[in-house]
Amino acid sequence: MTDHVNVVEASGLGKRYGVNWALRECTLALPAGQVTALVGPNGAGKSTLLNLTVGLTAPTAGTVTVLGGLLPGSPAALDRIAFAAQDTPLYKTLSVADMLHLTRNLTWRFDLAYAQARLAELGIPLRRKTGKLSGGQQAQVALTLALARRPSLLVLDEPVAMLDPIARHDFMATVLAAASADGVSVLLASHVLTELERVASYLVLLSCGQVRLAGAVDDLLATDHQASLEELALTYLRETPAEVTK
Amino acid sequence: MTALTVPGAHADAATLRPVPWRRMAWVTWRQHRFALGGMVALLGALSLYLWMAGLHVHHAYATATACHPESSYACQNQVINFNTAYGPTAYTIATLLHVVPALIGAFVGAPVLARELETGTFRYAWTLGVGRQRWTLAKLVPLTVAVTAASGAFSLLFSWYYQPFFADGGNIPLDPKLFDLHGIAFAAWTLAAFAIGALMGLLIRRVVPAIAATLAAVAGLLFVARLYLQQHYIAPLIAKNPFNPPVSAWIINAWWTKNGTTISQSTMNQITYTMFRQILPAILPKNVNSNDVKFYKRAANSQVLNYLTHHGYTQWTSYQPGSRFWPFQWIEGGWLLALSVLLLAATVWLVGRRAT
Repeated sequence: MTDHVNVVEASGLGKRYGVNWALRECTLALPAGQVTALVGPNGAGKSTLLNLTVGLTAPTAGTVTVLGGLLPGSPAALDRIAFAAQDTPLYKTLSVADMLHLTRNLTWRFDLAYAQARLAELGIPLRRKTGKLSGGQQAQVALTLALARRPSLLVLDEPVAMLDPIARHDFMATVLAAASADGVSVLLASHVLTELERVASYLVLLSCGQVRLAGAVDDLLATDHQASLEELALTYLRETPAEVTK
Repeated sequence: MTALTVPGAHADAATLRPVPWRRMAWVTWRQHRFALGGMVALLGALSLYLWMAGLHVHHAYATATACHPESSYACQNQVINFNTAYGPTAYTIATLLHVVPALIGAFVGAPVLARELETGTFRYAWTLGVGRQRWTLAKLVPLTVAVTAASGAFSLLFSWYYQPFFADGGNIPLDPKLFDLHGIAFAAWTLAAFAIGALMGLLIRRVVPAIAATLAAVAGLLFVARLYLQQHYIAPLIAKNPFNPPVSAWIINAWWTKNGTTISQSTMNQITYTMFRQILPAILPKNVNSNDVKFYKRAANSQVLNYLTHHGYTQWTSYQPGSRFWPFQWIEGGWLLALSVLLLAATVWLVGRRAT
């Protein structure tokens, strides 16, 4: 297995859009086999870091590698990383069955039987257009498509932001099951702190484009004497404005 | 739940093969079949019209040319009547058909990338195993072939439809308003319009503005080609004085000189008009049929020219002979093909470099 390698390694990583740095001086090593929560307020650079990780965008400064030294966006990296972007951008005019077929045709490995079985279990009709599904169902379809690719690393950008509490809970349960049963490493960006509590084993706190805190959740909680992940995150995020003005 | 576990095995990077093209062809077809269907419907409706109108035109032309003896005044008149009856409509239809390549480029080409970028679905497509550049190629190449082939077939039908008007001398194949509708030019323009549309979609990232920009760009390029480029594809021939251009020649310019100096057009018009007004009444018979007046006008004109050339005036004419039709087609097809390949290559390259 791949437990000993880092799924994401960044060194001095930075991304500038025009004159604004969306991410700067980011140095990270995310261990494999963890559910890593990427936490921070809107505009903190979470999406930018994820886009760099999946190879959608190229760094302005520094370097980033994935799955033990692969270049993001390289064929090998694309093959082993599944990405579900913010607002689950499925093709709204395609049916669920067509989405499965499309993904199968655009990937080297795709476990169609798994995807069909999971969607049947969730009661999501294959003939329905994805745009006609509820937000929770759309998120589940996106997650199913991602897991059926049998990724080593699953990257999720704000997957539950639009979901109601029950859909959120179901979604996270699936992510957790995939991580624990199948050894999929997960990198999950969210500003919904409550749901991360149960699933995250590793935490990265981003604010204003910079890493404020990174480490195993248990260690961080022990060191900071905080009762929960939420309190820990809030403590650090509240400190941020003061640090920025220095 | 055992059925739902995800196998953890991974292909080794070394054994990783690219996703086969034929699998991607399904995706291209599934996502663009409505655009292609719309194009086929448009070309199909136009083809149906050209076919029905064409049968009518060919029948009328066959009747007019069946007349014997061909050189007789009555027979020539029949051909002229045919042209008067059908020519203007055909010419108008031809003029309108210039929008077809631009429409195909705008409505098939522009949305290919613009829709993905506008809706955010590129984040999905570009992070799948196929890779974004291969994905772009898998979309653009089959669509390019499809639109080019469809428009090529359509222009064959147009050539057939318009053939009687070239045969009777009513129009010439090099006429800028007709030149790009037959030969290989129509297919080449559609190809270029598609390539422009695809690049516009990538650069503008929104479907409607990309469509508008494509229409504007193709229209602009078409105007430049017709008004400024076409006449210079090969240097025009220049003929002097007793010049009766062959009916298929495309006259580009005509001017007069006397003793080596060019006479302005307005001066020349005054001279010829005055002479024409003197000669015409002298040769025009009484009780002439109004249809036949033009023959006498033509005769008066040639007498004027004859007089002028014998009194130190020289008429110059620059023109492109009709025999240059195919060389011109290859030149136009060539630069449009080169432009299209360049634009498509730029699109694929930019997709690879695009920061999001």
